[in-house]
Amino acid sequence: MSHDGTISRPAIERPESVYFFGTCLVDLFYPDAGMAGMELLKAQGVRVVFPQGQSCCGQPAYNSGYREEALKVARAQLDYFPGDWPIVVPSGSCAGMMSKHWPDLFKGEPDEARARQVASRVWELTQFLVQVLKVKFEDQGPPVKITWHASCHAQREMGVTDEPKTLLRQLANVELVELQREKECCGFGGTFAVRHPEISAAMVGDKVADIENTGAKAVVSGDCGCLMNISGALEAGQKPVRGVHIAQFLKERTHG
Amino acid sequence: MGESSINFAKASSAALQDQQLRGNFRRAMDGLMSKRAVQFADTAEWNGVRALGASVRLRALSKLPELLEKLEANCTKNGIQVHWASTTDEANAIVLSIMQRVNAKLVVKGKSMVSEEMHLNAFLEKRGIECLESDLGEYIVQLDEAMPSHIIMPAIHMNTKQIAHLFKQKIKEAEYTEDVAQLTDLARRVLRKKFATADVGISGVNMAVAETGTLCLVENEGNGRMSTTVPPVHIAVMGLEKVVEKLEDVPPVISLLTRSATAQPITTYVNMISSPRKAGEKDGPDEIHLVILDNGRSGIYADEELRNTLRCIRCGACMNHCPVYTKVGGHAYQAPYPGPIGSILMPQVEGLEKRGELPHACTMCNACVEICPVKIPIVEIMGRLRSEAVHPGDAVRGAGSHASKAEAMVWKGWSMTYASPLAYQFATALLAKLGNAAPASLPLLKEWTNVRAKPRFANRTLHALAREKGIPDV
Repeated sequence: MSHDGTISRPAIERPESVYFFGTCLVDLFYPDAGMAGMELLKAQGVRVVFPQGQSCCGQPAYNSGYREEALKVARAQLDYFPGDWPIVVPSGSCAGMMSKHWPDLFKGEPDEARARQVASRVWELTQFLVQVLKVKFEDQGPPVKITWHASCHAQREMGVTDEPKTLLRQLANVELVELQREKECCGFGGTFAVRHPEISAAMVGDKVADIENTGAKAVVSGDCGCLMNISGALEAGQKPVRGVHIAQFLKERTHG
Repeated sequence: MGESSINFAKASSAALQDQQLRGNFRRAMDGLMSKRAVQFADTAEWNGVRALGASVRLRALSKLPELLEKLEANCTKNGIQVHWASTTDEANAIVLSIMQRVNAKLVVKGKSMVSEEMHLNAFLEKRGIECLESDLGEYIVQLDEAMPSHIIMPAIHMNTKQIAHLFKQKIKEAEYTEDVAQLTDLARRVLRKKFATADVGISGVNMAVAETGTLCLVENEGNGRMSTTVPPVHIAVMGLEKVVEKLEDVPPVISLLTRSATAQPITTYVNMISSPRKAGEKDGPDEIHLVILDNGRSGIYADEELRNTLRCIRCGACMNHCPVYTKVGGHAYQAPYPGPIGSILMPQVEGLEKRGELPHACTMCNACVEICPVKIPIVEIMGRLRSEAVHPGDAVRGAGSHASKAEAMVWKGWSMTYASPLAYQFATALLAKLGNAAPASLPLLKEWTNVRAKPRFANRTLHALAREKGIPDV
């Protein structure tokens, strides 16, 4: 754990294979983002393994106060990542749940050591692309103006700060205009969005206004929870701005 | 959920409709955040002083019972009379008995959140004792017959215009003005008269030093010093967690406190109170009393994880950085301590029956955790309290009071499905096929679609796509 309470990942060599943990939201709502994430990794010459037994990190139940249920689901994942390869996750929030909260969740359980071992191999996608694979993207798309929304858990649990923007800035025809409040929560918060719908609506309203002020054609983010919230609000407000996952955006720009 | 349950959702809904209020908070919090960032621009220095501050608080908590005894012994030696109160009722009774003994009619108060926790003003006023808040923000709020909306800046929910109207309406000699200097001057004139005639001064305590029996009080207006030196009797009230071990523990904590709270390297006044007036001294009270309040804190202390709540130095930075607090303001919490720290402290102090909704007034964004000067794992405690609220137990008062059979069944069903690859793939394939037919009027979906488009299930899950594209499974 680093000074600020975020996870620190050790420098590792480029592995021959990686696991991909797709996350349940990507599975149901954004499978194209998941596929794009895997293709970005494959394009770097890494073998990608997608264990079909995987489902969810357990976060929805954990954050709702149902820890036993979260533990049951988290435990069911452990069997599917036996090799000593990094586990790449296209979501800062799910990666944070696994890296930071699994050790607490499994505390005192017979499989605590195993859970910790799995958790220690978890990487957020952009973090892995930048820090381990040291990718250099060549932009092949037309000029476009975009903005970036930083997910809370990517920043404040996984310690992902500049990595996504580093990748976006490699794209020659992409103009990245930063939000005034890039790091402010969009108001999703899992069940918060339906438990406190009015506060959540006010928060995403501020986020949408911030996005509109940039004049961007797309808002890119690394977490599908945020995206579902922000794109949903953009769409409902009939704003001509598209919400897109960073994996999908990078894939479209580079070899789409 | 009991009848006494505080309705945060309802109060926040009203606050959200008030555009003036939302504007006031957004502007104020934006300003506070950027000013604080300047104070801690040097990351290495921030990490260092923060680690030091956290270690001071952790060390103090690790030997809290011993330090409290030491504090009592050293205060007593210095002539400060120490009183213990396990509840706010007891604390109020102690204060009242002192007042009655000296036949007090008028009290001036420096800022104290513990006195808010005690509802001390209302308690004394019912008994015919006038209680005047002397901190400008507290004075404004008191004139307005409202509660503080922030622990550091009690009147932050109001703008100058609103304060100008309030003064005109409530202060006899007031001329209408929106000039801040003139408004401040007016309050100062009113308060000065009262300081001179007050029978008792009441203050809070930012820190109490065990080894020397010293009470530390930081403030910017001089009203704290007036309240603690001019009246013949000074009563200080503090929560029992506010003790630190040594004098040398004070500087790092003050530095973190003032920089985090108001972005000041140090406050205008730092009071170190060690004894009543001694023979030959020109000022200071004849008597000093220290009332140490428990009010559920020893229960919090008993739990190793929840104990971290007691590290708090009450800087209020978590409020300034909380996107929920910024939207709804402090009054929506209906608590002396609003915002993130209030959302974890109030349920522990007043019980989950009444305050069980507060841990959900949070998106778990961790903005508070990132800036907390003493590294309180606020969001982890928030999660723990969510769990306590729905599971009976004895770590927190009211544990299990929000348990719902229906909700528990949903999570049970969810975990059974998500822990079995077969069930999971069957369920997700079904949702991919039929999920989009769900009407937007369904519960939960209705709340979601108020301001958002319906989430669209993809035709095929990632599992299915990965199989089709031949992505290896092992």
